[in-house]
Amino acid sequence: MEIPYTVQNRPDTGLYNAKLGIWLFLASEVMLFGGLFSAYILLRVSQPPGGWPHGWLDVRLGTVNTLLLALSAITTLLAWAACKVREFGKFKFFHACTILLALTFLGIKSYEYHDKWIHYEIQLANGKIADGHLIEKSADFDLAKITGTVTLHGREVENHVELMDLRSPAAQSAKLDEMTIPASDIKKMENYGPRHNTFTAIYFTLTGLHALHIFGGTLVIFYLWGPGSKLYKTDPERFTNRIEVSGLFWHFVDLVWIFLFPVLYLT
Amino acid sequence: METTVQQFPPFRETPAHPGHDDHGHGEHHEPNFWQKYIFSTDHKVIGIQYGFMALCFMLFGFFLMLLMRWQIAHPQMPVPFFGPILEKILGQPAAGGAISPELYNSFGAMHGTIMVFLGVVPLAFAAFGNYVVPLMIGAPDMTFPRINMASFHAFFLGGIVMLVSFFIPGGAAQAGWTSYSPLATTIPTNGQAFWLVGMVLLITSSLLGAVNFIATIIQLRAPGMTWMRLPWFVWAQFVTAFILLLAFPPLEAAGVLQLMDNVAGTSFFLPTGLAVGGQLADRSGGGSPLLWQHLFWFLGHPEVYVLILPAMGIVIEVIANNTRKPIWGYKSLVYSVLGVGFLSFIVWAHHMYLTGMGQKIATFFQATTMMISVPSVIILTCMFLSLWGGAIRINTPMLFALGFLPMFGIGGLTGLPLGLAACDLYLHDTYYIIAHFHYVVAPGTIFALFAGVYFWFPKMTGRKMNEFWGRVHFWCSFAFMNIVFMPMFVQGIKGMLRRMSDGGINYSAARVPNAIDALPGTAMQMNGVILWAAICLGIAQIPFIINLFWSISHGEKVGTNPWRATTLDWQTPTPPPHGNFAHEPQVTHGPYEYSMPGAAEDFTPQDAPADKTATAPQPAH
Amino acid sequence: MSEQPVSLNSYIRLCGVVFVVVLCTTASMIATSYAHIGSSNDWTLKVALILAIAVVNAFLVAGYLMHLLSEKKLVYTVLIFTVFFFIGLVGLTMWAMNDFPPGTASH
Repeated sequence: MEIPYTVQNRPDTGLYNAKLGIWLFLASEVMLFGGLFSAYILLRVSQPPGGWPHGWLDVRLGTVNTLLLALSAITTLLAWAACKVREFGKFKFFHACTILLALTFLGIKSYEYHDKWIHYEIQLANGKIADGHLIEKSADFDLAKITGTVTLHGREVENHVELMDLRSPAAQSAKLDEMTIPASDIKKMENYGPRHNTFTAIYFTLTGLHALHIFGGTLVIFYLWGPGSKLYKTDPERFTNRIEVSGLFWHFVDLVWIFLFPVLYLT
Repeated sequence: METTVQQFPPFRETPAHPGHDDHGHGEHHEPNFWQKYIFSTDHKVIGIQYGFMALCFMLFGFFLMLLMRWQIAHPQMPVPFFGPILEKILGQPAAGGAISPELYNSFGAMHGTIMVFLGVVPLAFAAFGNYVVPLMIGAPDMTFPRINMASFHAFFLGGIVMLVSFFIPGGAAQAGWTSYSPLATTIPTNGQAFWLVGMVLLITSSLLGAVNFIATIIQLRAPGMTWMRLPWFVWAQFVTAFILLLAFPPLEAAGVLQLMDNVAGTSFFLPTGLAVGGQLADRSGGGSPLLWQHLFWFLGHPEVYVLILPAMGIVIEVIANNTRKPIWGYKSLVYSVLGVGFLSFIVWAHHMYLTGMGQKIATFFQATTMMISVPSVIILTCMFLSLWGGAIRINTPMLFALGFLPMFGIGGLTGLPLGLAACDLYLHDTYYIIAHFHYVVAPGTIFALFAGVYFWFPKMTGRKMNEFWGRVHFWCSFAFMNIVFMPMFVQGIKGMLRRMSDGGINYSAARVPNAIDALPGTAMQMNGVILWAAICLGIAQIPFIINLFWSISHGEKVGTNPWRATTLDWQTPTPPPHGNFAHEPQVTHGPYEYSMPGAAEDFTPQDAPADKTATAPQPAH
Repeated sequence: MSEQPVSLNSYIRLCGVVFVVVLCTTASMIATSYAHIGSSNDWTLKVALILAIAVVNAFLVAGYLMHLLSEKKLVYTVLIFTVFFFIGLVGLTMWAMNDFPPGTASH
């Protein structure tokens, strides 16, 4: 006996197996990201007043990424539609676009990660805080041995609170300079990595997990676009279903980003 | 039937992705060892793989428990016989062959984790579900055979990661199977990170399995297999799969967050101002330890039903088969299992009454907890009532199924005081809890699983397991199981706390004359009794292990339907070939049509031609 | 999904509309984010507004691109349960975290 309904819909459910499967999988994905979002909500509302940073991420890059993903979602749908009307050439074109858009997304994402990684907050011996992007560390820079200097492009503030709301008029008008700090002046030096505070922690975790989904989805789409597309010649119906199912996953990943963008970049 | 089987080349799905669709080229190559046993996509092989692995892990988890019981009864004394081996393998934590408190903690955490996530769930859900569900619904395989294989491999990897964590410096996770933060992050061992990676793999495995089960049950039911003709075991697996699908992901999310806490230095579950060893921890803080507990128990409580529902399904099948009459209240059973599944999502915080929870929310969770006992009791009642008036056949599976009833009854009823905040505040974290949930899972679920092994063994091998040794296994297990767990209720009520590596000696020694809160000597003496009962319980499993392997080749040969059962799993050749059924079965009968008036035999298979019975009645209610 | 004959062009038109709407919703989210709504320290109203727009955006993607609007009953059933349990998870957790015994400050 063969497994039935791999291509045709089962009459009483109106679905073929893989389509039900992907929706069930997406349901579990909803709960996965739901768990993470509820963690986000809870951590955010339990912060003391002024404890949640604003304007730490570049809205321009976030917007570009939002539009890239929206476009890729559209090309995914069109790739499936092209398969459905049996226009293989157009399918190849649309999914090539999808893959390129996804890779651009990941490129921009890694640039943003890098930007946070070289962004340092340094507590100085005089009680002030130097905050900015790393330009260079001198060759002999070593915090433990207290040798060398570090050069940042940024500013010096009196109080940590001033760094929290970068959208405030004061922060907007602040002048950024290059400054060189000797190791002997440094009490503590930490970059804006996940351990910096709750915001960077949830930012890296949420977007990291999302980026993993993008990566996985891209791999699947690339497989179906390249070696997997041989199936089109033998069983176009089944191939179209595969494109539809992988497309549903891709749209879900876009859906997650639609919520990630406002909660991380805009508020 | 046997002849038509030949036309299906075995393992036609085995080649990697693209090759899947060009079978029919007539490549009849014999599958080699790897294709047949390691990279098999056949649900029956995968079921047996799961079952074998799960039984091994359960034995290992049992062994950890024996070592812990020794340490509780004889604190700091070298473990006889195994002590030197432990010292050789684990080194410092087992210095002198005795179990250090740290080692005790990691054994405790790993005993729980292994028994729940590597033992009972894979056996009850994955093994029996994989083997039996497609057969019962008349399907050729699971819907997604390759995902099924991937699911097993993820489980296998997860198990390996868990085992490896024993041998890393610092040892395995020590924060209990619940891994409460901040303890889980501040204990100086990487075991917790291994635990989390292992858990993410196990969760992934369960999720893939759950998708597969639901899709299979919805899409691959044979013609005529309507929802109300499904054997109740399939219903139980269906609801279990939904619980896994929707309750596990939040724990996966929590696992990822705690992994970040442990590896990347974040503070998701670490509060501001956390001090470790008198020093302010170098953490940003701002996290919430309670968040971990919520996310954990959002899975943790439904997980209880993941453990119990498939077991109940097995018991129902065995009881219906051996009472030779329709199960009592099939429809009530179906609606009850749906109710249990639904309610299980909104009772989780009854594990957290002691966290300083407010009265309103505590009242809510007390109410839902009391509500969920209603469908559970309906299920148990249906099982009991099914016995009434039946011509009961006593055999090993039936003995275990009958043993399940009072044992689960005790486990369930002792849970009621724990569901009410007022009593729970006193009983929380005592041995009363240990006794309660072990009665549910050990003599409850595991007895049902034994029943399942004895019951379906003839289907898997074509031979029966030895009846005499089966009964020895049952009666010894039944007696020692109770001697192990019954005293724990007493200990718990007297105030003996769980998770104490010395079994309460220090607590007891600190007592002042006439203090009411000190542990009396009788509570401590019970530890010795429990130890010996546990050792005897271990010895009682030896007949089972020998019986299991011996019967594969030497058991009594039986036909395809030795129990004279109605469900479709017994209407296939034994063992079922790849593809299971030679022809698509046409289902015309309900699942439990035993002793139907006018029928030729005392059982009417579900796919029997409709004209054999004059009325073709639905199961009686 | 081979119920009715379709043309690629009809999909391209649909996608064009969807993209324009996505552009508009994204722009209005950003505009809301920078607008002076409520007091400068209290983001509650702003977050609610922005999330409301995001929901519109999500509806568009789910409804049209994932063709959820014309999906089968079974899929809706699965999703309704999922959404219900998600709301349960968030709602009950929030409730538990904000309901403390009288006389205590917070968790």
